[in-house]
Amino acid sequence: MKNRLLPILIILSTIIFILRLFWVQLINIDDVQLSNKNSVQRVYNYPDRGYIFDRNNKLLVENEPYYDLMIVPKDLKEIDTIEFCRILKIDKKTLITKINKAKKFSRIKSSVFLSQISKSDYAIVQEKLWKYKGFSIQRKSNRNYLLNSASNILGYISEVNDYEISDNTYYESGELIGRQGIEKAYEKELRGLKGVNYYQKDKFNRITGSYKQGIYDTLYKLANDINLTIDYNLQTYGDSLMINKYGSIIAIEPSSGEILALVNAPTFDPNLLIGRDRSKNYINLKNDTIGKPLFDRGLQGQYPPGSTFKLVNALIALQENVINDKTIIYCNQGHYYSSRRFMKCHCNIGTINNLDKAIYNSCNTYFANIYKQSIEKFPSSSIGMDNWKKHVSSFGFGNFLGYDHPTGRPGLIPDSKYYNKWYPKGGWKAATTISNGIGQGEILTTPMQLANLSAAIANRGWFKTPHLVKKISNNDINEKFKIKNYTTIDSIHFEKVIEGMYNVIEKGTAQNAKIKGIKVVGKTGTSENFIKINGKRLQLTDHSVFIGFAPKDDPKIAIAVFIENGYWGTRWAAPIASLMMEKYLNEKINRNYLEQYIYNGNLINEYRKPYLKSNFKINE
Amino acid sequence: MNEINIKKIDWISLAILSLLVLLGLINIYSATHTDLIENAFSLKNPFGKQCLFVFISIITFLLIQSLPFKFFEKFSSILYVLSILSLIGLFIFGKNISGATSWYQVFGFGIQPSEFAKPITALALAKFLSELNVNIKTIKTQFYSFLIILIPIILIILQPDPGTTLIFLSFFIVFYKVGLPSIYLNLFIGFIILFFLTIFFSKQIIILAILFISIALVFFMRSNKKLIKKILIYSFVFSVFAFSVDFIFNNIFEQHHRDRFNIVMGLQQDNRGIGYNTNQSRIAFASGGISGEGFLKGSQTRGDFVPEQHTDYIFSTVGEEWGFLGASIVILLFSYLMIRISKRAELQRNLFNKIYTYSTVTILFSHFFINIGMVLGLVPTIGIPLPFLSYGGSSLIGFIILFSIYIKLDSQRTSKW
Repeated sequence: MKNRLLPILIILSTIIFILRLFWVQLINIDDVQLSNKNSVQRVYNYPDRGYIFDRNNKLLVENEPYYDLMIVPKDLKEIDTIEFCRILKIDKKTLITKINKAKKFSRIKSSVFLSQISKSDYAIVQEKLWKYKGFSIQRKSNRNYLLNSASNILGYISEVNDYEISDNTYYESGELIGRQGIEKAYEKELRGLKGVNYYQKDKFNRITGSYKQGIYDTLYKLANDINLTIDYNLQTYGDSLMINKYGSIIAIEPSSGEILALVNAPTFDPNLLIGRDRSKNYINLKNDTIGKPLFDRGLQGQYPPGSTFKLVNALIALQENVINDKTIIYCNQGHYYSSRRFMKCHCNIGTINNLDKAIYNSCNTYFANIYKQSIEKFPSSSIGMDNWKKHVSSFGFGNFLGYDHPTGRPGLIPDSKYYNKWYPKGGWKAATTISNGIGQGEILTTPMQLANLSAAIANRGWFKTPHLVKKISNNDINEKFKIKNYTTIDSIHFEKVIEGMYNVIEKGTAQNAKIKGIKVVGKTGTSENFIKINGKRLQLTDHSVFIGFAPKDDPKIAIAVFIENGYWGTRWAAPIASLMMEKYLNEKINRNYLEQYIYNGNLINEYRKPYLKSNFKINE
Repeated sequence: MNEINIKKIDWISLAILSLLVLLGLINIYSATHTDLIENAFSLKNPFGKQCLFVFISIITFLLIQSLPFKFFEKFSSILYVLSILSLIGLFIFGKNISGATSWYQVFGFGIQPSEFAKPITALALAKFLSELNVNIKTIKTQFYSFLIILIPIILIILQPDPGTTLIFLSFFIVFYKVGLPSIYLNLFIGFIILFFLTIFFSKQIIILAILFISIALVFFMRSNKKLIKKILIYSFVFSVFAFSVDFIFNNIFEQHHRDRFNIVMGLQQDNRGIGYNTNQSRIAFASGGISGEGFLKGSQTRGDFVPEQHTDYIFSTVGEEWGFLGASIVILLFSYLMIRISKRAELQRNLFNKIYTYSTVTILFSHFFINIGMVLGLVPTIGIPLPFLSYGGSSLIGFIILFSIYIKLDSQRTSKW
């Protein structure tokens, strides 16, 4: 043992060391991959973000290069300050403060000396730059939106936040990510894939060359350009019609589900949310609590659909066989829907309505009745209610539609469970929920859902999920947008309702929506408007609603218009929808008087009313 | 008799040593290479200086070979006294470099007397222990031999230089070899194991474990009264030790000492502060892979990320640029060299030669074990050089003296005189 101790120790430690070497050099090297190696600097190369076009290949969003002048204080040499200041258009004091600021940040790391140099200045600066050691130009790129609206559709991009960095390994601090709208929904397609170059670095962070002759370097993968389904001309026309009004216009091509226009008013210039004043502008937009420009009324606004919903109830009643197109119901300026409860209607006393007339006159009595019958047909209100909801839901109501935009609300379609909660122990029946028959009550829908309803009626019973993107770099869109979603209503029933909707324009409530040479079909609506201000529930002027499509027999455009506080459907929504149809189908407007009437319409005072201290009148 | 006995020289060991020194030069060149260096051999940079030290080493080697065989035995006491004086002199004339007064400054070169004290202490021990009337089993001899290493240990602790202190402690292995009762070694090894266990677990658990084990042993060995007594003594001593380790670790050690131990034992993760060296060295090894990144191509080495890479961490340069294969070869070279010398130690007929040769292996081994263990992250960060490879004049020449005396003594092995 005595003689062997040292040899044993030597051999033992030799074995341990070689095993350890094997471990640290060949096995356990995961935690010291390239990424962790601090002698290697990764520099990314980025593809240009994808362009966005409208459906007719009109460029809507492009990239604009800009240049930052970078400084590394350590490398500074004596310079001709007069010339330097002249080419950069700064004074000497600024120069000195900026250099000191950079030195304070780091002597050896580069920082921005002057950001966003214009293209013309860049040409001069670049030529003279060799004289000024320690300065360099960094090319960056930002979005340039070529239209000053549609910000609700396009969204915007901004730097990733800490949460996104930890959530998604792709992004690193300072990189840009789509924040809203298409920029967010199609982030992956628009951004492409960044490439990376590895550089050898010394401990002073100086790059000394390419790492291993660049064998690990990768080149970026090109981004995809996107074609929207939006028609630029229709979209911007919609914007112009919506000036001084709050609300939304949504136009859909019924055969394809492509969204032709998604107008949100008030809108704002998407360019406000890029560049140096981004956060200031964002706060201003956010602080507009009356106009709420960041709130997409078309997708996020949940309102009672008003009389437009009568169409759905008519279809359900037809499908459930409680009426046919010849069924007549009397109206005496309304009716008692239960022993002592009366629902008013604008029909004269003794009016006899069949389905057609009930639609074009928008008779409350008729639709309250058939709604009640559709539910009472069943042995219990609960079964009837749930059956009714099944039909309604098949139109896409009460849930997110599944379109390719990241915002939205589901709306609300009540069912038996909902009422059981409010009226426990079965203390409710069809009459309790009678308001649903005329699109008031508990029902909430978004304008997008109403536009989809319009498309579904135009297609006589089916719809394709509305979507905003037509093409991604010439590749096809998601298969789910090509599937026909059938409603639970047989297509024969639609013709009867469409006939009534045609007469709405021809002799009913929306005669001002008539277009010469085009058979327009539609339905007006008036949606009761309650808001809460400081916890107090107030009733405001009703919303003006219209849904419709044209031409009647070969629908090319289905539309929903929602004008907040517009009072009744015929007043604003119907003519606006009609002008949109005319614009899209005829490409020019012949009814200048109508256009002028809309342009001059100003509802801003209406919106301010509840915020003024004094009492106010509604529906005037 | 004064002539050099060419035929009897251990040429193989000499060849391995030369190879290691050469590898040292190559890796020092790489570790300190920058594009700014115009003349690599200039004495302004480490590589140039190391070349000079190698040259001095060769002279030293030849000089030692030309000395009479008996020179070392005769003069060992005087050399020892001179060496101790040079250590004492540090406190008057020494230069304080980064907190330790270990250096004399002469003509711009730093001279570290503790490096020379290593071979000289080996000589002094060999001389003392080879005397005819000396028996290590007696307390008196034990006292004197401990004293021989204790004097330099105390002087070096005072510098302070804990790494070199540990090297001197390794002379215990030599004592054991020449007959020191095994209780010392058992205690020594037991203490080291206990030390780490106590830090890793807590003193309560360790003391309970000791109690439990000793009760179990007493129960099984109850027929053997002598053994029971031994067991009880050991368990008592170990318990006291575990208790005091806890006290020393938490109350006497400073935070940076504690950090070093904690990092090695994985109790603490700190890649930026004290663990920086170890982590950087790990990265260097990992990027070396099987065959290395190649001479002057190691990215950690090029980036100068591993601190002290040309001195204590030279082995990480080997690992990164020459890979698993290169690093294993260096380890095997060392291992073979040490085994070879320790085998030849057994062949020495002269007790002085035998003890000295054994000391040589012990010193080489303790450096090898601590340095490579540290670079590979198995041993706490203790600053001592890797023999022959690390940059440094005093350490290189010190090791060459140690080795040259072995060659000289070994070559007289079979000569009749």
